[in-house]
Amino acid sequence: MGRESFHPGEFEEALLTMNRVAAKNMILSEFNGNNAFELINEIISPALQNIGESWSNGDIALSQEYMASKMCEEIVESLLPAESPVRKDIPSIGITTLGDEHMLGKRIVTSFLKANGFNIHDYGDMGVEMVLRKIRDDGIEVLMVSTLMLNLALEVKKLREMLDRENIGTKIIVGGAPFLFDRDLWKEVGADAMAVDAMESVEKIREVMGVSR
Amino acid sequence: MTPMERVSATLGHEVPDRVPFFLLLTTHGADEFNVSIEKYFSNPEMVAEAQIRMQQKYGHDCYYAFYYASLEAEAWGGNSIFYPDAPPNSGRPIIDHFEDIHSLEVPDVAGSAILKNVLRTIEVLKQNSGNDIPIIGVVMSPFSLPTMQMGFGPYLDLIYDEPEAFRELMNVNEEFCVQWANLQVEAGATAICYFDPVSSSTMIPPELYRRTGFKVARKTISQIKAPTVTHMASGRCLPVIDDIMDTGTVAISTSSLEPLSDIKAACKGKVTVAGNLNGLEMRHWSPQETEDNVRSAIEEAADDGGFILSDNHGDIPYGVSSEVLMDLSSSAIKWGQYR
Repeated sequence: MGRESFHPGEFEEALLTMNRVAAKNMILSEFNGNNAFELINEIISPALQNIGESWSNGDIALSQEYMASKMCEEIVESLLPAESPVRKDIPSIGITTLGDEHMLGKRIVTSFLKANGFNIHDYGDMGVEMVLRKIRDDGIEVLMVSTLMLNLALEVKKLREMLDRENIGTKIIVGGAPFLFDRDLWKEVGADAMAVDAMESVEKIREVMGVSR
Repeated sequence: MTPMERVSATLGHEVPDRVPFFLLLTTHGADEFNVSIEKYFSNPEMVAEAQIRMQQKYGHDCYYAFYYASLEAEAWGGNSIFYPDAPPNSGRPIIDHFEDIHSLEVPDVAGSAILKNVLRTIEVLKQNSGNDIPIIGVVMSPFSLPTMQMGFGPYLDLIYDEPEAFRELMNVNEEFCVQWANLQVEAGATAICYFDPVSSSTMIPPELYRRTGFKVARKTISQIKAPTVTHMASGRCLPVIDDIMDTGTVAISTSSLEPLSDIKAACKGKVTVAGNLNGLEMRHWSPQETEDNVRSAIEEAADDGGFILSDNHGDIPYGVSSEVLMDLSSSAIKWGQYR
């Protein structure tokens, strides 16, 4: 598909400067009613990847990543409504803070994954027992855990033990400040992977599921 | 030198006898009395006594009158969730909708039972220390408090999309913060730690900080009747360090993510630098790693004074053992001598 008149840098700039109207119009001008995933894969996802990378390098702030992910989520909602059958249900993904009231990280990852066309089961701030029940009921294959508090990051260990006891093979991907400041913490708690930011969460989902791009 | 003389010299950009070090311990105090963290923070005299015991044990240069961050949210009608092995977490936000801000009133700061506990702790510490050991009081900045009042995501939406409601919220929060800080000063606090993580460049871009958190800080700090230390609670500050210095703060505590030498170079002779040992990694440090980290921080930032060694978050995690704290203390004394 030719997109000579489209300038990815301008789209990124619109996202970083919170220019909702411009960002949405840029995508809608490329939308023909049948190319949602093409636009997600070729424009939206790469832009969010660049933005995520800038955040992990310390070049932009978390608020910019948050607003950009949210704006892209809104754009993707308009291209691909939540009930659309072409949304990606595989793998089945859940997300939780494991009791942490700090929701920003979860919100960013959720927006980011939705902006990439995934459906997400959002378990809010449920504790481990409740999350275990949800994993069972919803057949969750990958659980994303985002925490700010160290003690709740350590709850992942408890969840892993419960999953192992019940022989449930759900993969756990963790993220959030405790894991950023202690780069070995994800192994200590028995997670399958750690994502430094929302962008990396998509790569890690593919990695733990053994799926190539 | 007494800790007060050492810290005063440092803040005055004079070279003291050795690098002062602050072990910013909160939940560890519960272990001094073998009680739960929740019970510990319900007893202001116990908190004071634990601070005294820990200072005697580790020999650091301050008392830390900080309980936990969500204490201020409690004063606003919120709640805290207690855990057996961590500081309490802020519970449900008190602002559900942006419209709630219009009717938000400053709570009765002097009459708040939970805040009175902190004031009582400071009074007991002051009675004990006289003028020998600095007492660090703590406030959440008016700009960062809303993460607990309304949740982080909604607060960012407010900053970006609702400037009038944002300003309204800042007005009430500023009033609260100034009253709360000055009551702590009256009770005996030597300095006020102004926790402002939302202002860090990790959280918001520099240009947004200059339009928001910076103005709030400058206005608020100018009304606090004691020196303030601006703390980013692990967030980066280098991109806005000149602006932070313009707020009137006397010291800046920064993140382990930033090179201490760069922060020191920017601040030298103007404001004191505090930091920036990684509290989370500290949980696993061997004696040698502890010594290496302390030595490295001192070598990067202690030249010609103006440096206080501390952790980078303003609250050493509960999981950091007494042995590591002892090693920190002995390493700080060993490597921190100026002459």
